[in-house]
Amino acid sequence: MSIRNDTVARQVTPAYDVARIRHDFPALHQEIHGKPLVYLDNGASAQKPRAVIDAISEFYAHDYANVHRAVHTLGERATQTYEAAREKARHFINARSPEEIIFVRGTTEAINLVAQSYGRNTLRAGDEVILTQMEHHSNIVPWQLLREQTGIVLRVVPIDDSGELILDELEKLFNRRTRLLTLTHLSNALGTINPVHRIIEMAHARNVLVLLDAAQAVPHLSVDMQALDCDFYAFSGHKLYGPSGIGVLYGKKDLLAAMPPYQGGGEMIRYVTFEKTEYADLPCKFEAGTPNIAGAVGLGAAIDYVSGIGLAAIAAHEQDLLAYATDRAAEVAGMRIVGTAREKASILSFELAGIHPHDIGTILDSEGIAIRAGHHCAMPVMRRFGVPATARASFGMYNTRDEIDALIAALHRAREVIR
Amino acid sequence: MSDLRDLYEEVILDHNRSPRNFLKKPEGTNHQAYGFNPLCGDEFRVYLAVEDGIVKDVGFDGAGCAISTASASLMTEAVKGKSLEQAHALFEDVHKLLTQRAESSDLGKLAVLSGVHAYPMRVKCATLAWHTLQAALENRQGETVTTE
Repeated sequence: MSIRNDTVARQVTPAYDVARIRHDFPALHQEIHGKPLVYLDNGASAQKPRAVIDAISEFYAHDYANVHRAVHTLGERATQTYEAAREKARHFINARSPEEIIFVRGTTEAINLVAQSYGRNTLRAGDEVILTQMEHHSNIVPWQLLREQTGIVLRVVPIDDSGELILDELEKLFNRRTRLLTLTHLSNALGTINPVHRIIEMAHARNVLVLLDAAQAVPHLSVDMQALDCDFYAFSGHKLYGPSGIGVLYGKKDLLAAMPPYQGGGEMIRYVTFEKTEYADLPCKFEAGTPNIAGAVGLGAAIDYVSGIGLAAIAAHEQDLLAYATDRAAEVAGMRIVGTAREKASILSFELAGIHPHDIGTILDSEGIAIRAGHHCAMPVMRRFGVPATARASFGMYNTRDEIDALIAALHRAREVIR
Repeated sequence: MSDLRDLYEEVILDHNRSPRNFLKKPEGTNHQAYGFNPLCGDEFRVYLAVEDGIVKDVGFDGAGCAISTASASLMTEAVKGKSLEQAHALFEDVHKLLTQRAESSDLGKLAVLSGVHAYPMRVKCATLAWHTLQAALENRQGETVTTE
């Protein structure tokens, strides 16, 4: 990238202090095989800031008890903290009501919840669900399970050579049996940002509901449920710098209210006899059993942390990194970037001619650089691009241009090692 | 971690660059097996022409990383001419070398695979062809061998 572009990038993010941000993440300050850790596997999971680690630790040290059932002080404190986290999640995606925020284990559970609760009770044999060729397995397999149970039909929107959805093909897939469109907001294997506003309009014009898999999107794109108007939105805490084992299913209240429970147990009931059980109101109806209380608290702290820096500033920083990495990758002999959509974020998926991604992964690790090598749980994408696997560098708020320089140097080194 | 050169040994790089008995299904093939590691995408088919209890010829095809490809290539060289019992014994020796680093003195060229032991995430790459060989010795067609 030229000096001139450099200047432009700096002007876009004048207040972005990456050194200060890095200081907040203890895991970044270590050596791997004698080299400073360069963590470029954020698409798989992000590291955690001290604020998140401390929030979880403080919660267990001082405020922990079960939620929603105790009359004692700690129970009250735990419930308040847990519900405060729900409110933070609501605010973060601008949902109308905290009742629309269901805490789940992660994106995968959120999608399974919609498939098994909404899908199993509403969809009939022959009804159609549209998904896309770029979906993560977690947005394919739950629908295949539902297909086995109900006889629904799955339709797949193809992608073009750049990794963009072919919207004309989507248009053709809608018919009078189409009930639901489920797709990723940001592709984990390609980095493609899908034009979800337009797609939601297309679907809603035909009374088709839309579920967005936002596992990759939430750490990079600011979203507004009321403006976006999607019907379900699913994301995980752990890619948003929060803990694993906690995530959110957003659903429009009228939809959630009409859906039966996903699991039965404590917490989700109002009244139980052996003859009949009345379910609790939203959101508890979908939160059977003792939830991941500390996980929710950690997620709340992560949302506070991310909001404090600002998703717009984070996104601008990451766009600069992606542009810089894309430019510099061209210097490496045999480089082929997989996923060159016009709208992209945070992900550089690639192959190097003659070097298998796992060999790249091992060689980069010896240089302290963590990337992902594999099919990224998106085997249909790999098949589409004719590769068994790719190497993937994925960027987060704390990555730097220096780290990308280290990545490029290590890729040159991989070329030297595998001759 | 030990030096990368212990993993990407010269012999391994050579066998990755030009795998022996590759893209070859020997005449008289009467034993074969299929190995696939779905997480990696590594995939090999091993073919044996067995006559009077002896592996007369051997070949393989498929695709994988440098470690799995070189290991497969070295395997085909080592197994040619061996009796089924000797080939089974060789599988056991190499498996021990890779998983426990128990070096057997008569492994010859295969000793270059010992460097893989220091990279636990890569052991499954090196063992894939050998487990596929074992299945081929028993002619377990229709089964998918995996080391993941």
